[in-house]
Amino acid sequence: MALFSNAAVLLGKELRTEYRSRELLTTTVVFILVVVVLFSFTFDPSAGESRRFGPGLLWLSFLFAASLMLQPCFLREQNNDTLSALRLSVRDPFAIFLAKLSANTLFLLLTEVLMLPIFAVLYNVHILAVFPQLVLVLFLGSLGVAIPGTAFSAISAQARMRELMLPLLLLPLLTPVLLASTEATGGLLEEHPGLRVDWLGFLAGFDVVFLTALWLFGEYLLEE
Amino acid sequence: MLKSTVKAIGLFVLIAITAYLAFYYAPIEKSMGVIQKIFYLHVSSALTSFLAFGICFYANLRYVFTRQQKADWLGVSAAEVGLAFIVVVLITGPIWAKPVWGIWWTWDARLTLTFVLGLLYISYLLLRSMIEEPEKRALFSALFGIFAFLDVPLVYFSIRWWRTQHPQPVILGGPGSGLEPRMRVSYLLMWGALTGLLILLLSARYRLEALRASVEDLRREAEVR
Repeated sequence: MALFSNAAVLLGKELRTEYRSRELLTTTVVFILVVVVLFSFTFDPSAGESRRFGPGLLWLSFLFAASLMLQPCFLREQNNDTLSALRLSVRDPFAIFLAKLSANTLFLLLTEVLMLPIFAVLYNVHILAVFPQLVLVLFLGSLGVAIPGTAFSAISAQARMRELMLPLLLLPLLTPVLLASTEATGGLLEEHPGLRVDWLGFLAGFDVVFLTALWLFGEYLLEE
Repeated sequence: MLKSTVKAIGLFVLIAITAYLAFYYAPIEKSMGVIQKIFYLHVSSALTSFLAFGICFYANLRYVFTRQQKADWLGVSAAEVGLAFIVVVLITGPIWAKPVWGIWWTWDARLTLTFVLGLLYISYLLLRSMIEEPEKRALFSALFGIFAFLDVPLVYFSIRWWRTQHPQPVILGGPGSGLEPRMRVSYLLMWGALTGLLILLLSARYRLEALRASVEDLRREAEVR
């Protein structure tokens, strides 16, 4: 499968770039931390309240962070004039998207997992017992954010005011992801935690729909 | 010019007639009273706006695959006109909801879907204004439009699962639902009239976009010389 081996090479390139600079991960972690702390000032969370509002706040901060973090994904290629070279290097342009969205999902997941203990302490919720399930929710949610996010990063790179355009394009579209991830996370943080399979299925469905769309229309997104 | 004026006047008369029918011919609804009359405009506008966004989706797909400028013009026209109808829906909805539900707004499936739909197409139009080059603008906005339209059913079902307190569908719902015949006539006429309005606005906006494109072409030509 040339597609996957190409994508794997490109994924290696994305990871190496991030490993050398470590810009995205550090800034995103700090950004989420700031947002979560500021949110907690807007109300004084008791245990019940943080169970009710916590998941929503958490996902809202992930979404905001993602809309900033996904910004350089294609912008970097454009600024360095490497987009055409990248296109020439693979036969199927979907490999580029596959690599970039895997890298983005990974980065998002990593920042989210790093944030979880801090969130648990600040908002007084118990996550240890449900940690594996929580990671599953985080993974499906992050994938749902990263797929359209990577696609729109290619779109917003072409526009003026791109820093504002990406959140504007992305956030309304992510309404279903926000709802489903918040509900699924909320189910896990309740007093009697339960895995909300229906919402997980919904998230998986969302991922499949947009992955298919990206597969169909990805090549047009890379036109210059 | 004369032809479109005649069409516009004809349509105005048709809308006036349907409004008369809605208010005086159709009976007053038992439980909601007079406020139910706003439904004729509300529901018809909602259906018309969905039709407009459907046309926009079709135009976006057509542009991506054929690269005809005309498809781009149709796309932007349909998005703008659809947005106008969405605004009508979002204004008439709360006017009805306040006396009947006692609140202006609630986060139910159809309300939220309409709101998110409006936001998505505002983003579509904003994106267009942020890309200078015509071909790039057409292509990237079309791609965004396709993604946005795919999101519509997902938004709907996610919020539907989340909660719903909207009145259940009465027109195509299960047994016991259905409309009084005079109400049905008024509804269908209003829907027809608004679809006519949609076509009229769409063709006017389409002509404007075509003129804009030719002005842009002429300006470029002048710059080259």
